[in-house]
Amino acid sequence: MSTSTMGIEAAAGRPEQGVETVPDTGTSWEPVCRVEDLAAERGAAALVGGRQVALFRLTDDRVLAVQQLDPFSGANVMSRGIVGTRHGVPTVASPMYKQVFALESGRCLDPVGFLPVLATGPDLATWPVEVRDGVVHVAVTSPAPATEPAP
Amino acid sequence: MTSPSSSPRHLVVVGGGMVAQRLVEALRARDTAGRWRVTVFAEEPRHPYDRVALTSYFSARDPGELDLGDPALWDDPLVRLVRDCRIDSIDREARQVTDRSGRVHDYDELVLATGSSAARPPIPGNELPGVFVYRTIDDVAALRGWVEAKREERAGSSYDRPVRGAVIGGGLLGLEAAGALTALGAQATVVQFGTHLMDAQIDLGGGQALGRLVNDMGIAVRVSTATKEMRPARTTGHVGRLDFVDGGRLDVDVVVMATGVRPRDELARGAGLPVGERGGAVVDLSCRTDDPHVWAVGEVACIEGRCLGLVAPGYAMAEVVVDRLLGGEATFPGADTATRLKLRGVDVASFGDAFARTEGAMEVVWADPVAGVYKKLVLSDDARTLLGGVFVGDATPYASLRPMVGRELPGDPGAFLLPEGSSGGGAAGIELPDEATVCSCNNVTAGTIRSAVTEHACTDVASVKSCTKAGTSCGSCLPLVKKITTTELEKAGIEVSNALCEHFELSRAQLFDAVRVADLHTFSEIIARFGRVPAAATHVPDDAAPAGLPAAGPGRGCDICKPVVASILASLGNGHILSGEQAALQDTNDHVMANMQKDGTYSVVPRIPGGEITPEGLLVIGQVAQDFGLYTKITGGQRIDLFGARIEQLPQIWRRLVEHGFESGQAYGKSLRTVKSCVGSTWCRFGVQDSVGMAVRLELRYRGLRSPHKIKLGVSGCARECAEARGKDVGVIATDKGWNVYVGGNGGFTPRHARLLAEDLDDETLIRTIDRFLLYYVRTADRLQRTSVWVDEVEGGLDGIRAVVLEDSLGIAADLDAAMARHVDTYEDEWRAVLEDPEKLKRFGSFVNAPTTADPDLAYVAERGQPRPATTAERDGAATGAVLVAGTTLEVRR
Repeated sequence: MSTSTMGIEAAAGRPEQGVETVPDTGTSWEPVCRVEDLAAERGAAALVGGRQVALFRLTDDRVLAVQQLDPFSGANVMSRGIVGTRHGVPTVASPMYKQVFALESGRCLDPVGFLPVLATGPDLATWPVEVRDGVVHVAVTSPAPATEPAP
Repeated sequence: MTSPSSSPRHLVVVGGGMVAQRLVEALRARDTAGRWRVTVFAEEPRHPYDRVALTSYFSARDPGELDLGDPALWDDPLVRLVRDCRIDSIDREARQVTDRSGRVHDYDELVLATGSSAARPPIPGNELPGVFVYRTIDDVAALRGWVEAKREERAGSSYDRPVRGAVIGGGLLGLEAAGALTALGAQATVVQFGTHLMDAQIDLGGGQALGRLVNDMGIAVRVSTATKEMRPARTTGHVGRLDFVDGGRLDVDVVVMATGVRPRDELARGAGLPVGERGGAVVDLSCRTDDPHVWAVGEVACIEGRCLGLVAPGYAMAEVVVDRLLGGEATFPGADTATRLKLRGVDVASFGDAFARTEGAMEVVWADPVAGVYKKLVLSDDARTLLGGVFVGDATPYASLRPMVGRELPGDPGAFLLPEGSSGGGAAGIELPDEATVCSCNNVTAGTIRSAVTEHACTDVASVKSCTKAGTSCGSCLPLVKKITTTELEKAGIEVSNALCEHFELSRAQLFDAVRVADLHTFSEIIARFGRVPAAATHVPDDAAPAGLPAAGPGRGCDICKPVVASILASLGNGHILSGEQAALQDTNDHVMANMQKDGTYSVVPRIPGGEITPEGLLVIGQVAQDFGLYTKITGGQRIDLFGARIEQLPQIWRRLVEHGFESGQAYGKSLRTVKSCVGSTWCRFGVQDSVGMAVRLELRYRGLRSPHKIKLGVSGCARECAEARGKDVGVIATDKGWNVYVGGNGGFTPRHARLLAEDLDDETLIRTIDRFLLYYVRTADRLQRTSVWVDEVEGGLDGIRAVVLEDSLGIAADLDAAMARHVDTYEDEWRAVLEDPEKLKRFGSFVNAPTTADPDLAYVAERGQPRPATTAERDGAATGAVLVAGTTLEVRR
């Protein structure tokens, strides 16, 4: 088989998952792409500050960002899930094992069947997104941890 | 002779029929402590089989399809089945039986379940060659062989007339035998001694209606006729003519005697046990003979003064004996002699006091001679309590009414006789009491079915069947089981609608029709028109931010309904699966036209029609795999899977494959996967047809056809079946005369053998048959319902499908043919189309802001000379040990 290298450094650079210790030191925004680069109701992966982020453009042109890493498989695939709604809340279903996540909060809405493989648990981290002059900006500070489950 | 208390006692069962099977099954289910071990001596060389369904052996041809229950029963260490072994005598003193080889077997308790043998009435000539009885698989096979041989003789002779058959006896069995003769292509005449057909079960009016229906099937009927003699043909010595007492004659090539059965009570007689006036080992209501250690069940038992030739009372006796063996006090509950004839095109049922013999009984009759329908209810003198009934031509009310025997009918009894669906008609509205028996074969009450739902968490008919055994024998009660199950689920507040998901209340089949009729082409239109608007009270999670959606709108679909809509749109010919809004509906596999693997990379499968590939083609695939560092594996569908392709590599890989003439194999789609074939007559010494040629033709015809679930086909070049075609949704097996086509097979979690749909088709008829079968499935199946389940659940089952596909019973064949022609005409290779469209190619960027950068988290190790994804442990070790390897990032252009 072919032996050109790619993986070793990349593996070492695997993003830290787990406790986010960096305090929010003020938001700085990274321009990522134009809104038109994103298809409605279809995600796209982006590299933002060295992290893999899944961007979703809804039918009303809002853009939401969650982590690209699927908590249940450990693969970077969330952007490739099917976008929809549950009880009116926009969602994405993991393309791997089909758990459904709320896109705005990152919360896993049906964490059944599989155990999350990530120490961060079943929910997705989210990032603030702003669209300015048609350009999608993602906040490059630490992502907001997933909101606590509702009581 | 007593065994130590710790070791199990030994039960010997003589006879290996349906009742014996039931007895062993019940014993093993209830004797959880393992107090008994059981040995079954069966005279036939096979497992117990479903004798009631014997006629279906003509269409199925596979004795295995008549198997009863779970075959694992016979692997139980406490169960021993000795086949092909007749027991010749009983020594009751020593508690031993002796088999025909002279071997002696001890028993603690003995059950006689020897059943009956077919009676050969003492008509002169009843042993002539060509005279058969109708009782065992071997009888049926011999009859078939005879008819086929006679047909061959005919074909070779100068005068070409069909094989002529006669059945002596116009009862249940006689009609089944006549149906079997017809199915074999023979003419059949039923000769009945009594005044009308099935005179033991139905009255004269019903019998006359039945006679007309039977005539319509091409079967002649002679009633009130006794046969005087069977005479040999002069040239062959085979049976050639029937002479009747009234002076009439009938020329025949084959005769089946179906005049009744005789209990096989020789063992009981030989052992000095009392037998009944008309035979049968006399037993009391606990099914025990005079000897406290000898029992008799089924047709050999003479209970309440008579032998019962039906399976349901036999099952009841088996349950009684098991209960007694385990220390219970059960007694025989009385015979349920309800019967239903299962002959294609003829629906007959009788139950309870069908002849109105109860004092003061009243009869309510509804007859429609034009439609060939006769229905009668027998009621008590106050016209309220149901005593029995007869149904000919339309037995739909049978399942609901039979359990009501002895109970007061709600409302006007006449209403139950009107056709289902007519105003106020039908038996649909009856609420059965808990103790009413729904499945008489297995003695399951309505209450048991209800508790399967309420207490055992069964949520569909399939689980209720396996939990209660209801409907697992003859299946005639299944509509009722389904109704009770559904009602109970609804009561429990469990969703039983066919709704796809929260967005659509329709089932897939309903949505398919709705979209087709409304002529809609986008998801937005479809959900706006047919989507479900959630109730205002719907629970909304706290984090439901004020989304940009109208709160009362139907929403934007989900991972259930979107792929369904995508499949429907694709089946209705809406262009490329990634065109316009359709792209957002696709599951990731369809969206990137590859199969996602565990690390988020994809596998690539080029189409290799029929599994036939040139050496050049192999080299191309090999070179592509090598250049991109892909793991390669041969699939079960006779093609090659290339693993480890990253999303941004897919277009480059496919550019290479398409350049060399490959196209998408749709391994990612709910669509045709492969048509597997054996090498067939072009090379094989045994092949009788060109199976590879046919497989290629079929694969090229159905490639790209979107369906409710994946579809696989197989083509075998001879009956050796090397392509394992009967494990496929559609299996084609070559015969000397053409092709047999089987449908509804699959491997997977619940393997199923495909069942015969049609025989000896020529190429064009074969293709038209498969066209219609596939499109009928595509249009009417539920989401993710494989053909095996669909064949069972679609209206009319396999017979219904046969009627639609071969006889156009729904009048949709032209429409299906046109739809398939459109599919074939508009087929394009999905991958070639993507490579030609820069907009679609954009979807394959790895990152929207770095489209060619590889996912930096991917890591591989080598195993057996090929890459595989690294495990977590291997990744963690990567900092210290350099085990990780990777595929190439850049394509190596040659």
